[in-house]
Amino acid sequence: MSIEMSNAMSLEMSREPVISARDVRVWYGTTRGAIRAVDGVSFDLAPGETLGLVGESGCGKSTLGRGLMGLLPKGAKRDGEVWFEGKDILSMRPKDSYRLRGSHLGMIFQEPLTRLNPLMRISDHFQESIKQHDPSLTKDEIKQRALDALRLMGIPPTRYRSYPHEFSGGMRQRLMIAMALVLKPSFVVADEPTTALDVLVEAQIVQILNDLRRNFNTSLLLITHNVGIVAEACDRVAVMYAGRIVEQGRVADVFENPQHPYTRELLRSTISLRTTGLNFIPGAPPDLVDPPDGCRFHPRCPEAMAVCATRNPVNIERPRGGRVECWLVGPEDEIPPGGKQRLKQEELTVADEA
Amino acid sequence: MTRFASGSLPRYILQRVLLVLPMIWVILTLVFVVLRVAPGDPVSAALGDRLDDEALDQRREALGFNDPIVVQYWDYLVSVVRLDFGTTFSDNQDVLEVVRDNGGATLSLTLAAFVIALLVGIPLGLIAGRYRDTVPDVLIRLFGILSYAAPIFFVGYLLQAYVAGPLGLPTSGAAGVETVFYMERDGLNRTHILLIDVFLSGNSYYIEDVLKHLALPAVTLGLLICGVFIRLVRVNILQTMQSDYVEAAEARGIAPTKVTWRHAFRNALVPVITVIGLQFALLLGGAVLTETTFNWPGLGDKLVGYINERDYVAVQGIVTVFAVAVVVISVVVDIVNALIDPRVRY
Repeated sequence: MSIEMSNAMSLEMSREPVISARDVRVWYGTTRGAIRAVDGVSFDLAPGETLGLVGESGCGKSTLGRGLMGLLPKGAKRDGEVWFEGKDILSMRPKDSYRLRGSHLGMIFQEPLTRLNPLMRISDHFQESIKQHDPSLTKDEIKQRALDALRLMGIPPTRYRSYPHEFSGGMRQRLMIAMALVLKPSFVVADEPTTALDVLVEAQIVQILNDLRRNFNTSLLLITHNVGIVAEACDRVAVMYAGRIVEQGRVADVFENPQHPYTRELLRSTISLRTTGLNFIPGAPPDLVDPPDGCRFHPRCPEAMAVCATRNPVNIERPRGGRVECWLVGPEDEIPPGGKQRLKQEELTVADEA
Repeated sequence: MTRFASGSLPRYILQRVLLVLPMIWVILTLVFVVLRVAPGDPVSAALGDRLDDEALDQRREALGFNDPIVVQYWDYLVSVVRLDFGTTFSDNQDVLEVVRDNGGATLSLTLAAFVIALLVGIPLGLIAGRYRDTVPDVLIRLFGILSYAAPIFFVGYLLQAYVAGPLGLPTSGAAGVETVFYMERDGLNRTHILLIDVFLSGNSYYIEDVLKHLALPAVTLGLLICGVFIRLVRVNILQTMQSDYVEAAEARGIAPTKVTWRHAFRNALVPVITVIGLQFALLLGGAVLTETTFNWPGLGDKLVGYINERDYVAVQGIVTVFAVAVVVISVVVDIVNALIDPRVRY
């Protein structure tokens, strides 16, 4: 299946992907059992392309991003393949994959306020990072590179020797982006980079991320729960639910013609100026220690059918490109007789409480 | 956004230094009140069984104990400002001279103890925090609790009984008789701080003698606060190792050893500096007990003697000196803290 899929994808993008994830899984060990936070995720990302990863809180978006970077807490296990520049990151020695960080794989975090060492000047942060990956550079060259990166982010060179606490939240996020970019990584994970910031700053950061791929040809995995940002800044979108990507494709296709009911519900829940009433999806994402059988969304799905509660949906191609996992889309021939019957509402609430 | 230049550092220091004056005033007032609240008056407490009533009253009059309390308070403040702490009852000495002659020994002892506590406590705390829940961590934690909980005189006696003999270390006094005698005869006691004087004399015999005498008392006192440092450093390491900026540094691919040293360890030591100021007060208290245990000729030893003699003037003077020392140290610590952590400055 995975070969078939990567063929389909590379046709769609017609460029060699920078990073391709195949069947990536991440578990967290807990006293109640393993939490399958990411459960078989595959995607490709071409140079300069931005993939938006959306979904509710707790559906594994951040875990996936961290899993790709190798920044998982102790006790977490990962599995699958992540091909980056011809090598599988997940099967590398930890030392070698650590070396990729910063210079090849970058990360922008959600909370810019706490991500800078309060005792170190901005200049120290830059010097440390650049020196780590390019020890041959002189002090002046390092400074020049750092100042260039800062200028791109609209931070004046006079602030180079300042301390982190002397910057506002938005500026600190721009600092973090500058610090990630100064190393020129080919792939960057941005984990909800605007969540902690106000709307105006949010727009600014989105603009910066947009420019980024144009200027550096950086591929970006943009994790967010803001559908608007995806529409604004992404080429493709992957909708994640309970550890799986349930639908992915070009942003325009997916948003104009969502195939998966979860995507539809997510889009309906978006608040805009035209919103008159609030829409939400009843219930919460399932307990990932013991996820529901069949499609994981079926207890909350307004269009759930009998087959959804028993069989895992098949990953198939969307009508206009991309992939989707939903029995409503097909494949017809794998749905057992009577499987198309609607699930009853009672079952929904029972499953919800369980 | 306004730029908070490093120019705010001098302003901060000025603020802290100016705050010393009200702090010292509060302390002086407390010392004064506490000693007056005690029943009876200093004169009859110290000399009541030796002199008749008339003589006692003369003494009281001479020392101003018959004046209204407000006048006494004012006289006390004025005399402290003039650095005049009065004359002791029991042995008729200038309190300032007592402080000068014995303060040096206490200072040497506390500083040596501090160095030992830091040299032992910080590395052990770092190891325990970095290798959390391993055997070394458990052992270090146990050591930390024991050293903090064990009474000073107990540790002191243990060292005297089991360590002094095998290592050939003296258990009493700050120096051998010859050292003290010859240093004084040859006029080598320039600073009245023995530890400094012997180094100034350059005589290796004196130096060795003084250091040997210093070893056990300093270890005894050092162990007391080293436990505090171990626990504090350990907890801070655990916190900084999990901090967002450490993770961000890892995400930038900074080498793990550099992340540990520059981001985790260094940041974990900031609160330790704050606590050093507080520990200093504890150390001075501990010094009193250590000095008694080791016959160390310091202020603490003197203080105990004067308390037994009910010599209020002497006690008042020495306590004032101790209190001022704590205030001064805490200001110095604040300033050092501001130098290291830019966020403290405003």
